[in-house]
Amino acid sequence: MTVEAVSGPRVFATVGSARRQTAPRIALQAFLVFTAALWLLPIVWAVYTSLRPYSDTAERGYVSLPGVLNLQNYINAWTQADLPHYYANTLIIVGPALVLTLLLSSFVAFVVARFPFRYNLTLLMVFTAGNLLPQQTIITPLYRMYLALPLPEWLSDTGLFFDSYVGVIAIHVAFQMGFCTFVLSNYMKTIPKELTEAALVDGASVWRTFWSVIVPLTRPALAALATLEFTFIYNDYFWAIVLVQTGAKRPITSALSNLQGLFFTDNNLIAAGAVLVALPTIITYLLLQRHFVRGLTLGATKG
Amino acid sequence: MAVVSRVSAPAVPRGRLSLLTRQDKVLLALMLGVPTLVHLFLVWVPAVSSIVLSFTRWNGVGGLGTIEPIGLKNYSDIVSIYPPFWPALAHNVIWLGVLIALATPFGMFLAVLLDREIRGLRFYQSVFFLPVVLSLAIIGFIVDLFFAPEQGLVNNVLGTTRPGNLIDWLGTPNLNLFAVMLFASWRHAGYIMVLYLAGLKSVDPSLREAAAIDGANPSQTFFRVVFPAMQPINVVVLVITIIEGLRAFDLVYVVNKGRNGLELISVLVTNNIIGEASRIGFGSALAVILLAISLGAIVPYLWRTFHAESATA
Repeated sequence: MTVEAVSGPRVFATVGSARRQTAPRIALQAFLVFTAALWLLPIVWAVYTSLRPYSDTAERGYVSLPGVLNLQNYINAWTQADLPHYYANTLIIVGPALVLTLLLSSFVAFVVARFPFRYNLTLLMVFTAGNLLPQQTIITPLYRMYLALPLPEWLSDTGLFFDSYVGVIAIHVAFQMGFCTFVLSNYMKTIPKELTEAALVDGASVWRTFWSVIVPLTRPALAALATLEFTFIYNDYFWAIVLVQTGAKRPITSALSNLQGLFFTDNNLIAAGAVLVALPTIITYLLLQRHFVRGLTLGATKG
Repeated sequence: MAVVSRVSAPAVPRGRLSLLTRQDKVLLALMLGVPTLVHLFLVWVPAVSSIVLSFTRWNGVGGLGTIEPIGLKNYSDIVSIYPPFWPALAHNVIWLGVLIALATPFGMFLAVLLDREIRGLRFYQSVFFLPVVLSLAIIGFIVDLFFAPEQGLVNNVLGTTRPGNLIDWLGTPNLNLFAVMLFASWRHAGYIMVLYLAGLKSVDPSLREAAAIDGANPSQTFFRVVFPAMQPINVVVLVITIIEGLRAFDLVYVVNKGRNGLELISVLVTNNIIGEASRIGFGSALAVILLAISLGAIVPYLWRTFHAESATA
């Protein structure tokens, strides 16, 4: 960028055009810095509030420099709201739901993408539409079904789909399968047909073709979907609020409501609780951002 | 596992299915059938049942035999003697309007700004996208941290925390809707930004060059050339926005259980099943209204997406 004066007019010309380019660039950067700061404000504010003891904000007001910063709110939220218990509940739900969703969706996607059955397109449309429905359009009959459907005692202490982990896992799998099938089938269609045809001609079974040829090649899409679906299922509030009645069985996102009742008057404690609950998804996002974004765009741009 | 017995015949050109053993065919049927049944049973059976139940009266006590057909009475009751319905519908419309008219264009605007070589690009993208990974339930708590009467940021900044001048943001209709919409938009814009970043990358660069050569300024280039070229993404974004607007639930439910100015149709549906009065037919009728609006967006989208596909296939 150093502009050594070599010959008069030319230098002036470059300086001029550089200046014309720089001004919008600075304006752009200024706008982006400002917007980014605004964008982070809610999260920064939550973290800041959570680090201040209640007494500190009571004395100095919420909008003030801190007298004391410590992790006491986190310790209190962690123990008083019994957060480890709810993290465990979430794990019990997210783990199986994630594995089953990806497995079942890749089954369907594989068949649809590789075998010319007559109703493939209809099937894909049904799956895709199913995933787009607002949850509330199906909840009333689903709720009654869950109250009527029995489960063996060892799977559900109520003996029903209702108020059981299996029930919540089942609806996550059924619902999320729509999106994953759509994304995976589009992705699998981009894998050259010759690969699977060669495998079949060589005498590989359908299962081997699926498991040893298709699945490894689909890994990028699976990784993206796993990241995305982890967040979707972790963040679920509605299914668990309606289909799980016992507060102690709810996963952590819906258990937030317990926290709300518990810490009603103490915003600092609520902030700490909210940060703790958000942390797993934020960490996942920061570590796997690439997959996360690809998962979303795969769904939108069709492979 | 591989069964190598059937490769002898020269039947290969007749299509892949002819290569399959019986085991293979059974497996294919299972791979397709089991997930499809799970999906149909837990998503579409309830969806269709909602429609059927919406023409009946049932309080859920007693067997299916106690379901009483009452024609369109639930619907006529909803529009005439059910006070929360019209406010809820209005709030859903406002919600949709704000997302479509403000949040979505702002997300697109951010994408356009970030679709170039600038310093800190990755950082900006990450920041704008960050709210999308937060659950709407958590965002409900953040709304509280901002708008709580005495402890909230906004009132503390405005100095309106004392009994005389206190602004009760979340307790006042309209103000509370504004508060939650602000945060719903915060999350939505980041989502849309990511979709449009992908969309902008998919636009053929030669289109822009051609427009520039023809003397179009940047905004003409965008609105007349780039934006129309992103048609597929525009459709997806529109559908996602509409569905998000109809699904809205968690945020208002965390803030005040969806009352007092924050009624939404989704909340009314929920209140009629887990509320004190279990009115299944009535709740289903509300759900069907939601379903009808969603299908109004979903069906044209699917037709467009898959029709194009079957034409090229």
